[in-house]
Amino acid sequence: MSAGNFMKLSFASRSENEAFARVAVAAFVTQMDPTLELLNDIKTVVSEAVTNSIIHGYENKPDGVVLLEAEIDGDTVTITVADEGRGIEDIDLARQPLYTSRPELERSGMGFTIIENFMDELDVSSEPGKGTRLRMKKRIESKKALFN
Amino acid sequence: MSLQVELEQHRNVLVVRLRGELDHHTADIVRFKMEDAILRGRVEHVVLSLKDLQFMDSSGLGVILGRYKLIKSRGGKMVVCDVHSGVKRLFELSGLFKIISFYETERSALAGLEVVS
Repeated sequence: MSAGNFMKLSFASRSENEAFARVAVAAFVTQMDPTLELLNDIKTVVSEAVTNSIIHGYENKPDGVVLLEAEIDGDTVTITVADEGRGIEDIDLARQPLYTSRPELERSGMGFTIIENFMDELDVSSEPGKGTRLRMKKRIESKKALFN
Repeated sequence: MSLQVELEQHRNVLVVRLRGELDHHTADIVRFKMEDAILRGRVEHVVLSLKDLQFMDSSGLGVILGRYKLIKSRGGKMVVCDVHSGVKRLFELSGLFKIISFYETERSALAGLEVVS
């Protein structure tokens, strides 16, 4: 495993890129030899974060840019999803389970709750009018470690 | 990545099979296809069959909860069957497990609804 390995991507805020983003991070993390369950967790949290940027950050406008980064340090991966959208006024409220600012869009309000449950650490920074950045950390227990 | 929606009607029960990945991008397909079938046909109950659903996130939970409310408001029941462990965890986390009945197979789900109707 290579310490300090990283990848960076930026892509248009279009919903068809949600699948692209989660598959890209999963492919990058594969070098850490994660279990399938962990890989699925990672795909899920990337999907949640990118969907938030598209729906809430850019309000479904397709011309925004979403930045996606992943960095491997030893057995830990740090994933960053950032946008330059409208930002979050009240981060504590946004993180409440079942809270959604857009109930008319049939949102479940579970995005942040899922990220908090699936990752070891979540750091949210946001400024109204400037954008939002999520940093998520997870220690990857490799399949090898489980079998040894 | 795409999502296929297969609809099949057994008397008053609509069986909905989802194949592929259910996220924000594909949620609309599920919403429109199910809404159309429920409002047009003689559908009382819904069986959501998720054997071939490879991925789902909270957008999937949202669209499922939306259809659950529609069916419930019309006096019917919605049940889910054949759920993978990854998808199951999301149902547990969101509390949907408490309001929706889960079955191992389509057959047992249909049998369960037969008792209800």
